[in-house]
Amino acid sequence: MFGFLFRRIGLVIPTFIGVSLVAFFLIRLLPGDPILLMAGERGLSPERYAELMGRYGFDRPIWEQYAGYLGSLIQGDFGTSIITKKPVFEEFFALFPATVELSICAMIFAVVLGIPAGVVAAVKRGSGFDHGLMATALVGYSMPIFWWALLLIIVFSGILQWTPVSGRISLLYFFPSVTGFMLIDSLISGQKGAFASAASHLILPTIVLGTIPLAVIARQTRSAMLEVLSEDYIRTARAKGLSPFRVVGVHALRNALIPVITTIGLQIGVLIAGAILTETIFSWPGIGKWMVDSIFRRDYPAVQGGLVLIALMVMVVNLIVDMLYGLINPKIRHTR
Amino acid sequence: MKSTTRLLAATILAAGLSTAANAKTLVYCSEGSPEGFDPAPYTAGTTFDASSKPVYNRLVEFERGTTNVIPGLAESWEVSADGLEYTFKLRPGVKFHTTDFFTPTRDLNADDVIFSFMRQMDQSSPWYSYAGGTWEYFSGMSMPDLIKSIDKVDDLTVKFVLNRPEAPMIANLAMDFASIMSKEYADKLEAEGRMADLNQVPVGTGPFKFVAYQKDAVIRFQAHADFFEGKQAIDDLVFAITPDAAVRLQKLKAGECHVVPYPNPADIEALKSDDSVQMMEQAGLNVGYLGYNTLMKPFDDARVRKALNMAINKQAIIDAVYQGSGQAAKNPIPPTMWSYNDAVQDDAYDPEAAKKLLEEAGVSGLKMKIWAMPVQRPYMPNARRTAELLQSDFAKVGVETEIVSYEWGEYLKRSQDKERDGAVILGWTGDNGDPDNFLAVLLGCDAVGGSNRANWCNEDFNKLIMEAKTVADQEKRAELYEQAQVIFKEQAPWATIAHSTVFMPMAKSVQNYKMDPLGSHRFDGVDITE
Repeated sequence: MFGFLFRRIGLVIPTFIGVSLVAFFLIRLLPGDPILLMAGERGLSPERYAELMGRYGFDRPIWEQYAGYLGSLIQGDFGTSIITKKPVFEEFFALFPATVELSICAMIFAVVLGIPAGVVAAVKRGSGFDHGLMATALVGYSMPIFWWALLLIIVFSGILQWTPVSGRISLLYFFPSVTGFMLIDSLISGQKGAFASAASHLILPTIVLGTIPLAVIARQTRSAMLEVLSEDYIRTARAKGLSPFRVVGVHALRNALIPVITTIGLQIGVLIAGAILTETIFSWPGIGKWMVDSIFRRDYPAVQGGLVLIALMVMVVNLIVDMLYGLINPKIRHTR
Repeated sequence: MKSTTRLLAATILAAGLSTAANAKTLVYCSEGSPEGFDPAPYTAGTTFDASSKPVYNRLVEFERGTTNVIPGLAESWEVSADGLEYTFKLRPGVKFHTTDFFTPTRDLNADDVIFSFMRQMDQSSPWYSYAGGTWEYFSGMSMPDLIKSIDKVDDLTVKFVLNRPEAPMIANLAMDFASIMSKEYADKLEAEGRMADLNQVPVGTGPFKFVAYQKDAVIRFQAHADFFEGKQAIDDLVFAITPDAAVRLQKLKAGECHVVPYPNPADIEALKSDDSVQMMEQAGLNVGYLGYNTLMKPFDDARVRKALNMAINKQAIIDAVYQGSGQAAKNPIPPTMWSYNDAVQDDAYDPEAAKKLLEEAGVSGLKMKIWAMPVQRPYMPNARRTAELLQSDFAKVGVETEIVSYEWGEYLKRSQDKERDGAVILGWTGDNGDPDNFLAVLLGCDAVGGSNRANWCNEDFNKLIMEAKTVADQEKRAELYEQAQVIFKEQAPWATIAHSTVFMPMAKSVQNYKMDPLGSHRFDGVDITE
């Protein structure tokens, strides 16, 4: 197990350097630069422009800039935002818990609904439920997030007034952030109604962000189950006279879960991408929206630092998923 | 029952207990996050709305709802006869905010004023580079060249000495970059090695004091009890950051916010007929234009520019692009600005006359480029669509056009190029309500190769606007600017397109809100009914 772990961590280092390289050059490939955007319609004299470029070190040769950047990265310095003048690391972790909280809720929503739905569809293959579910999943997968979110807001917040429109908690509640997770902080604050308010604010963004993973997980579970259910050992289990629940729930599901867990791991990237739109619409103060703003403003240090940190997080999650695999299926530990 | 409640409330107030239950909270659903809370390093209105407007004051202020300059932290000022010395008498007894993180020990004095400006000017000050050293407005308004020195005469008197007379100086000092900070607070931060906090947890003299900012989510302010004009009617001011316009609208309808800026143009008609919403509107202090490159042939000939202007069906652009919420522009300055010359006649839409004029100028088979901005601005909601309409208008007079566009930063840079090929769509929103801020910045000879995108340098025009800079008397200045506008129209360096209208929906309970012609969002003087 440890050998496996070390091999996997060994892979993380070249990936990390690759990501820093891509993050550094990708944002610089975009036309325009932060100084021009700051000056706006007024424009800048060439002398002033050169002075400001020099102040941020953007006039140095690009390889020298990258070397300097990599050097600071290794020392754990992720740079300082050109716009807010705050350390990127601090900015990132002020916003990251909001994204994590929303992503976890969306993932729970997708798993809790997706796996049982997929199992039932596989067991009742060809039934009305199966066809209905697969059609719904296809619709869910193709749904434009922006449109879906606004539709839910108009119906549930506007017309029915069941949920709040946007934000993380009602403005009536005001308490210091301890963990950054609103559900936990609202409980710690001890303010009456705070937790319920935080939870109600999570409903719509969770549904919106969880829709695509839900569709993918349901489809993946169904096909994995179908494959497993046709295996000989399932027939044997049935022949032994085990209850249908045991056959499906224990023998089939446990084996079908392996590709499903891979899918769930891969959905983490999808969640980050979905978070950009979801966070913008629901005024959710997470890293998705922050990254987009930083890109628009050509805030090089923020974009670079943000990308590297996100990549690190995704790598960690994938590592955890791989280890889970090992736990579920001991064969994998040995073959790798 | 009601009278009992009232009695109870009165008793609580009399006891001097301001309880949360009685607090009046106004929620403003702002469109974006502030970049920081020190206004001077930034240029975005979103940042000023959350920093300079609620937290700070300036020596002089814009009167709410107008561009008139009125006394602020300075109760009076004198300008020397040669226009080189401005002496400000500070208001005595002005209190800085007392907050969780800072307790001031003294009132505002001349040191605060000097600190607020010198940090942007004196490169040897440790504060000069604390926020990157980009004092864009300070340098954009030519302050480093203009200000010779700022001297403390006594504790409550400050003298600005200039290198040359500059009539718009007073209006400049009402701008956001001229906000007055607490030197005592800055000294404390410097001593504690927390200089960055000046930009994160601000202390000012303004109507509201800063309480907390949760990044990208909520900014909380509280009324400043010792504000020099008295405490505000609302107790708490909350900015709920809501980037999406459709969501802002839903929040307004659901009662989650009181005031929302920048509604989608498509929603305006529905909002106007909504009984639960009051809709304010005001002509924006802006202009959208098409700037020819007057250095390139054949656009160096005024007849060619004039002919193209006559070929433009402006009303069609107002209808299609501004969806009716704009008015055709004939002058480079908007009609709400003093010195606007209403006697100027616009070039009437007349394709036949335009063709004739082009022939007269010896131009045939003209091919040109039209530059369309890639972004939406209040003065230009859709540059691409405008360019398409211009393209079809110009085609009718035999001019073939190609529409080009670049990423916004590139667009701004390339459009400054003197060798630029083509006419550029751009615009401007006023900074300080002074005509100099349009005419000199956008059309002065000094700005050629910079913000003068037409690269137009007309001696007669330039003489007038330069003279107007040095004259103190506003009536005299207005006369000079009126003449300048006549020359502008004759010479036609731009096709003036439109001045847009700004809309501001808010809940019926909001009282006394005044729209700012300069485009900011201010909540001093605003009240809400329960």
